[in-house]
Amino acid sequence: MDYFIQQLINGITLGGIYALIALGYTMVYGVIQLINFAHGEFFAAGGYVGVILLSYFAGRGLMETHPWICLGMSFMLTMGYCAFLAMGVEKVAYLPLRNQSRLAALLSALGVSIFLSNALMLTQGVFDKPYPGELFNGGWEFGLVTISYLQVMIVTMTIVLLVSLNILVFKTKMGMAMRATAQDKTMSALVAIGSNRIISLTFAIGAGLAAAAGIMVGLYYGSVRYDMGFVPGIKAFSAAVLGGIGNITGAMLGGLIIGMVEIFGAGYISGQYKDVFAFIILIAVLYFKPTGIMGVNVDDTRV
Amino acid sequence: MTDPILELKDVHSGYGSIKALKGISLRVYPGEVVAIIGANGAGKSTTLMTICGIVKAERGQVIYKGQVINTLLPEKLPTLGLCQVPEGRRIFPRLTVMENLRLGAFYRKDTDEILKDIQKAYEMFPILGERKNQEGGTLSGGEQQMLAIARALMTKPKVLLLDEPSLGLAPIIVQQIFNIIDRINKEDGTTILLVEQNANLALQAATRGYVVETGQITLEDDSTSLLANPKIRAAYLGE
Amino acid sequence: MIHEFKKVWKPYTLGLLWVLGLLWPLLGIHPDGTLSFERTLIVWLYLLVVSFVCLILYLMNKSGHLELMKNPLSAAWSKGAVAAKVPPVWGWFLVGLMLAMLFPLFTGRYHQDVAINVLIYVCLGLGLNVVVGLAGMLDLGYIAFYGVGAYTYALFNIHYGIPFWVCLPVSGALALVVACIVGYPTLRMRGDYLAIVTLGFGEIIRIILNNWMTLTNGPNGIMGINRPGIFFPSFADGFSWEHLWLKKLWLLYYVALGLAVVTILCVHRLNFSRVGRAWESIREDETAAELMGVNTFIYKLLAYAMGGMFAGFAGAFFAARMKFVSPESFTFLESAMVLCMVVLGGMGSIPGIILGAAALIVLPELFREFELYRMLAFGSVMVLMMLFRPEGLLPAKRLGTRSEEREG
Repeated sequence: MDYFIQQLINGITLGGIYALIALGYTMVYGVIQLINFAHGEFFAAGGYVGVILLSYFAGRGLMETHPWICLGMSFMLTMGYCAFLAMGVEKVAYLPLRNQSRLAALLSALGVSIFLSNALMLTQGVFDKPYPGELFNGGWEFGLVTISYLQVMIVTMTIVLLVSLNILVFKTKMGMAMRATAQDKTMSALVAIGSNRIISLTFAIGAGLAAAAGIMVGLYYGSVRYDMGFVPGIKAFSAAVLGGIGNITGAMLGGLIIGMVEIFGAGYISGQYKDVFAFIILIAVLYFKPTGIMGVNVDDTRV
Repeated sequence: MTDPILELKDVHSGYGSIKALKGISLRVYPGEVVAIIGANGAGKSTTLMTICGIVKAERGQVIYKGQVINTLLPEKLPTLGLCQVPEGRRIFPRLTVMENLRLGAFYRKDTDEILKDIQKAYEMFPILGERKNQEGGTLSGGEQQMLAIARALMTKPKVLLLDEPSLGLAPIIVQQIFNIIDRINKEDGTTILLVEQNANLALQAATRGYVVETGQITLEDDSTSLLANPKIRAAYLGE
Repeated sequence: MIHEFKKVWKPYTLGLLWVLGLLWPLLGIHPDGTLSFERTLIVWLYLLVVSFVCLILYLMNKSGHLELMKNPLSAAWSKGAVAAKVPPVWGWFLVGLMLAMLFPLFTGRYHQDVAINVLIYVCLGLGLNVVVGLAGMLDLGYIAFYGVGAYTYALFNIHYGIPFWVCLPVSGALALVVACIVGYPTLRMRGDYLAIVTLGFGEIIRIILNNWMTLTNGPNGIMGINRPGIFFPSFADGFSWEHLWLKKLWLLYYVALGLAVVTILCVHRLNFSRVGRAWESIREDETAAELMGVNTFIYKLLAYAMGGMFAGFAGAFFAARMKFVSPESFTFLESAMVLCMVVLGGMGSIPGIILGAAALIVLPELFREFELYRMLAFGSVMVLMMLFRPEGLLPAKRLGTRSEEREG
């Protein structure tokens, strides 16, 4: 039972991270019907910029004196960095292909993904890059179950981000415009919504969330690697599909489920095949209910 | 007469290699209701889409209030007072009626005025007030058409372009819609450019009319003369 | 030219600043708490120079300043194209084949090695072309079937000593079966969903290869696989068949060449057959094809299975040639590389894919010192191709004319 609860906690942590990445896929797909293959790389870039900034702060000795400020700064700057990266990528590689076939855009996205992960490798090296310090060591122990401070921090942070995103999308004028653009770009233009700006914004938000997830993964596992974006990227995409692609609530739920399945699969079935479970779910969902658990109708549940 | 508020000079446009407009020229004067009639695929809707910049004009000019607008981005135009209610209504189906209306006022910053205008829209179309929290996609065709017009009015248009407002609606609803169009023109002084397949209806509502055939204007006249024209009666009024 | 430059300098400058802003945190912030700008600026200046030269060339081309240089070239090109049409296509094919046959006579081991690589990738590219270029399904897990083929031969050979020539069809058949098993549930999907699911299946197969220790020896791979052998008539002691292992590289080269030629012929025949037309119709408009009575599911499955089979053949040869297989050789990046060849050469075009495979194998060999930047270049080439020449270097000629071409 203790083992089960421990796994549950780990699963929630991982699921939250997947949910953050999945949101980027789902939002971009919702607005321009493109699987943004480079999204996993935004996540990896986030992990790297996070480690660079935290190491820098640690090198200056600021980590000892103001750990929370350093962490907050790192999160903000990293999210900004990735948003900036994503907006540029969108302008360069996706915007000119908006009216081309979807295959062209998809291949372009694939190219961007390969490019970015190799750019990370060339600038940061092929080896794992460790996160500095023992910032969040320790935790609460309840018998055999441990909840680390880090897990609490990650889950809290995830919840904060998810709630803010929900407010942004469902309560603000910008969010309304985003949903309108997702439903009908021509009509949006006819009521003075510039779809290119909205699409840029969507990319920026998605990448920002992925960047936050990148730092969390770095902190959680202690290191980052240049190709770390690939597998979590596909898993998060599976989560987005599972929740019904284009559906924000669905992506959150899907991320949580994929995280749980992975942790429980690894814990109770086989650790070696933990990466397979997410794919099996993806394939099963696409086969039996392609609209996902939350998707009512693919056409009009986007964003 | 005064200067035209909207003028097309030899406009060519199309989709890829298919040329839909082959030199359209027309003028709309302030306060008028002008109808464009023609058969299916003659280029009526493309004309409106070209005015709004959704379809790019390859040649020629679209001039609005003395300014060439076919180089502007489509999303600029509603802010200048040029708004279209496109064919098939194109309500945002998963947004509520209220949200649809607020999106019409997307570029406006005057929050209080927007709320007032929304109230005005509910007065004009009481059914929308009743359904303000319902999603647009659940409305009936006539209600959607009303919502589309109301949404366009939220942009405070000087010129309103209407594409097939009667399409797929019951005759009684069509009559209501045309009464409203008349009201918009008379009360707010909004200039209206109306595209219709239902030539009879359109010409009765309009002061002037243009006939479009295969991407070109073939006839231009007062609507009374057009209605009396035997050719028009034969081709578009089914006599 | 100046006019054109005026139009682009703003986004160009913004783009450069964007790159600078992204580069600096990666290169200029150090863990010891210091900041530096030198390295970033150097890298950035390199990028600036290269991109500026490209931009100028692009603008000159666009505004017609290169006409002086281009005119003779394009004239020569079109003359060449006319001349090339005089002998029939199969004539060119024969000439190419002759040259390929003579190739080992004049070259050393290294060149033959590279050539064998090219031929393997030609087979892979053509196989993927059936799926992507002809039937229009984006398959990102293609390399898995290559792996299945390679492991089939490796395992049969190691455990039962079955020779290459027997295993070759078995490898192809097994890859075909696996493709059918994978394809059956997935091919109901369209477009991007299909891409991601095939990617998932590719990864599943790789993970299985990596973790099924008892069967595949996991990440360590399988060693000591036999080369192909041939029976050679021997007259030394009366008439008998002598068994000969193909140890010499040039002999292997001929096997690879044979495999590639068979693949080329098969794909060519498929392309111009009834099946090929069905595939084309599915690629252009799946719904319309279905309404016209094409059983789209069967034809898609067929394309997928055929693609898998060609990859299986290539895989078996790969195992025989390397005498070693490990899951490392079947990663997603390999899939991406094969896809890149198909895209670069021109989807659906056989000469294009041969060119694409040759370019992507030979160019990195020529620029060995830039080995590190190989994948970086692949990524950018893929994006640039999509932006500027989405139909590929040697686009496929399509059968008949299309209505929109006739109108325009």
